[in-house]
Amino acid sequence: MKTRSALLLGSLSAALVAFALTSPRVVAADKVDPVADAKAFQNFFFQKFPDVKHEDFVNGPYSMNADMKRQWQEKEEFPPYEFALDAGKEMFATPFKNGKTYADCFPNGGVGIRQNYPYFDEKEGKVVTLELALNRCREANGEAPYSYVKDEMASLTAYMAFTSRGKPMDIKIPDDPRALAAFENGKRYFYTRRGQMNFSCASCHVQSPGERIRAEVLAPALGILNAMPIYRSEWSGMGTTSRRFVTCNSQTRAVPLEPQADEYRDVEYFLSYVANGLPISGPGARP
Amino acid sequence: MKRSLPLAMLLALGLASAARAANEADYKAAYATAEAASKEAAGLRNQWTVTVSTLAAAKKAADGGDFDRATAAAREAEALAKASIFQAASEKEAWKAMEIR
Repeated sequence: MKTRSALLLGSLSAALVAFALTSPRVVAADKVDPVADAKAFQNFFFQKFPDVKHEDFVNGPYSMNADMKRQWQEKEEFPPYEFALDAGKEMFATPFKNGKTYADCFPNGGVGIRQNYPYFDEKEGKVVTLELALNRCREANGEAPYSYVKDEMASLTAYMAFTSRGKPMDIKIPDDPRALAAFENGKRYFYTRRGQMNFSCASCHVQSPGERIRAEVLAPALGILNAMPIYRSEWSGMGTTSRRFVTCNSQTRAVPLEPQADEYRDVEYFLSYVANGLPISGPGARP
Repeated sequence: MKRSLPLAMLLALGLASAARAANEADYKAAYATAEAASKEAAGLRNQWTVTVSTLAAAKKAADGGDFDRATAAAREAEALAKASIFQAASEKEAWKAMEIR
């Protein structure tokens, strides 16, 4: 009987010690820690694809497939986004009716700043994307906002991305609980399954980069926004980050949210932050 | 023989009621239930495209007077909406299993 009691007591003590040892880890895992998240995110891809140069992840499917990469490199001599880029440059320099230009709305005249977007606006308490900032600039100057998904918005962001090419993504998360909440919300959105296909963003871009889904080679999530906006052959035209999110949702048979919904702004914040240090490569071209 | 006759009659009655064509009232009830579930899914920001298109197909069939098809489509839309509601609820915690740590 004594032996049984001793065994029982011993087991209970062992269980208590194990609980005490593991519980701080549970608490730590629930704490929002963007630095640790970004490190884990990047390491996951660096370890999964040890032969891919770190800065090459921003080239999406081309970093995963040598044949596609060669075709793309040839295409880059006459890139399909060139018309949008030229149009964006002209639009950027053309004054609004009040005489002001986009340059008046942005730091450094809007040149070479793409890597700092999206940012957390502490006054508004929300994430502000480049697309949103551009339309707010237009509205502040008495102009009608553009569609968030293509055409003019894609041209403007193509030009702004081009002026930042090669600069490392540099997203800041201020020490503000609302900013941390936005990051966490973006992370949740990224990993949440939705639509009749029961897919999350991660189902394709974390679990299956380099694999084919029908005729497409899936891009890795790491650096996926560094190439935005993109010319997509499938779209026969340019598309913005908003368009990419809307299309991804539709493909999983989920009704997309409205462009620049809080969830989309937050997921852009999350994905951009975890790509910090990787170069801007936009505008890009994709199949 | 005496026993099997009532059984056969019951079976025939059962089959007849199962095979009864749906009427407008059946469709309206099924559509209202499906629409309520669909609105709940939309409120959760987890609406599925197929729910919307199946509801639209139900309405189109009803407008054409085909209440059998309309009722079946409305019931399918309800099932889809309920699945999306279930998904939204389960993903509140389940997403964490996918997270890179």
